[in-house]
Amino acid sequence: MSIILDHVNYIYDEDTAMAHAALTDVNIKIEDGEFIGLIGHTGSGKSTLIQHMNGLVKPSSGTVYFNGKDISDPEFDRKALRAKVGLVFQYPEHQLFETDCFKDVCFGPKNLGLSQKETELRAYEALKQVGFDDEYFYQSPFDLSGGQKRRVAIAGVLAMKPEILILDEPTAGLDPKGREEILNLIKKLHDEVGITIILVSHSMDDVADYVDRIIVMNKGKVAFDDVPKEVFRHRQELESIGLAAPQVTYVMQELKASGFDVDIDVTTLDEAKNEILRVFSK
Amino acid sequence: MLRDITLGQYYRTESVIHKLDPRVKIVGTFVFLVAIFIVNNVLGYVVAGLFLAMNIKLSNVPVKFIFRGMKSIFFLLMISVVFNLFLTPGEPIFTVWKIKITDEGLKIAIKMAIRLVFLITGSSLMTLTTTPNNLTDGLESLLNPLKLVHVPVHEISMMMSIALRFIPILLEETDKIMKAQMARCADFESGSLINRAKNMVPLLVPLFISAFRRAMDLAMAMEARCYRGGEGRTKMKPLVYCSRDRVAYAVLVLFLIICIVVGRLKF
Repeated sequence: MSIILDHVNYIYDEDTAMAHAALTDVNIKIEDGEFIGLIGHTGSGKSTLIQHMNGLVKPSSGTVYFNGKDISDPEFDRKALRAKVGLVFQYPEHQLFETDCFKDVCFGPKNLGLSQKETELRAYEALKQVGFDDEYFYQSPFDLSGGQKRRVAIAGVLAMKPEILILDEPTAGLDPKGREEILNLIKKLHDEVGITIILVSHSMDDVADYVDRIIVMNKGKVAFDDVPKEVFRHRQELESIGLAAPQVTYVMQELKASGFDVDIDVTTLDEAKNEILRVFSK
Repeated sequence: MLRDITLGQYYRTESVIHKLDPRVKIVGTFVFLVAIFIVNNVLGYVVAGLFLAMNIKLSNVPVKFIFRGMKSIFFLLMISVVFNLFLTPGEPIFTVWKIKITDEGLKIAIKMAIRLVFLITGSSLMTLTTTPNNLTDGLESLLNPLKLVHVPVHEISMMMSIALRFIPILLEETDKIMKAQMARCADFESGSLINRAKNMVPLLVPLFISAFRRAMDLAMAMEARCYRGGEGRTKMKPLVYCSRDRVAYAVLVLFLIICIVVGRLKF
């Protein structure tokens, strides 16, 4: 299951005075089982980019391939694509509408034309996967906390059994505890269920601990596309486009500058702890 | 697709029309609407059409952008044309089975279509060239005399400016909700009429909830800044007429006179 974006361009409000390029010559290949962080400042084109991946937006020029097939081909089954490439939008308020959470999660599988039994089974499974408590199943989704709403929204997409799950800023507006819970949940989905994950965020700290590949967007172009360590080496460039490396890399660089012989390539808190302990125990 | 609705939108650019006092534009639009109902012959429509074309040219708004908004009301236009065409009694010029098109019907249908197109183009030109804030300021100042008979002019114009401000916000919101539901394989485009109406529920529920939430947030924000209506309220940018506006009024009077004269000509 791969997605390939080949020379994709997208222009908003084409043919008007307000026309502006949202994506410029984007080339990305996404392989099976990857855990990708898509990072960019507000307005860098990351939301537009992910909407190309499930066919919600058609490129102005260039091609998007899913499993080797052109998705703008009129023969292509776009409904099947949207079930395979699940997209969870930033605000759960944009998709929750049913009278109770369980029914809401049923919405996706029902649209796929599955039987009632299969639909309910999938909804139950999805709600369990996101760690949703049984007692809330038949509550109105509007009475839930932000974190729980987000779980229902993710379950609503998971119930379609996607092979690739794209999450747009899944931690926006959550407190640190809720943030960590959601990120751990996503990691669990990747590790245990084997779903390819694309995590969209504007914060390096959010993704550094989890992902194994980072794509940095800037002004509609792919600025970097590499493993986290390599991307974080370009600290200055990242800062110049309004982003930053994770805070631990700054600590390590300061330590190095103060004369400690630490490895400045560490990106996660755990690695940093071990590295500092190693240097100090010498 | 929702971006195509230009009715009530503001198009940001530099032009003489944009700089005019909003009161001139409101009165002007009103005069134009009256004029297209006064004129009743070909020459009259040509005069009105030329006047409209001149204003569009002066406003620097691309013609394409104005007519993109027409697409959405095309259906409405067609209904009025079809009804007038087939249901007007008179001298038949074309008959198939029970359907007949009469001379009078054809004339009324064409006249109706032209009037509607002019009406919508004219009024959307006003909103395209005037910011919602300016528009309501102008309206408030024009309606001011009604305060004497206890019409809550300030409140009405405040409600109008809020409503206008919410149009683009809610359109954008609808677009987002639609995409979020389409990502869950929702289908808004096919099926029978009843099914399609049913399929709108996943779109309308989040939209209403968000509209109510926004309304409550706004009310809270207004109260937090001690909003208490129009009594004793001053403006940061009070409306003042300048020479440009006087010329515009003169042009309007001239246009109205021409329309009345032309409307009385008999061919």
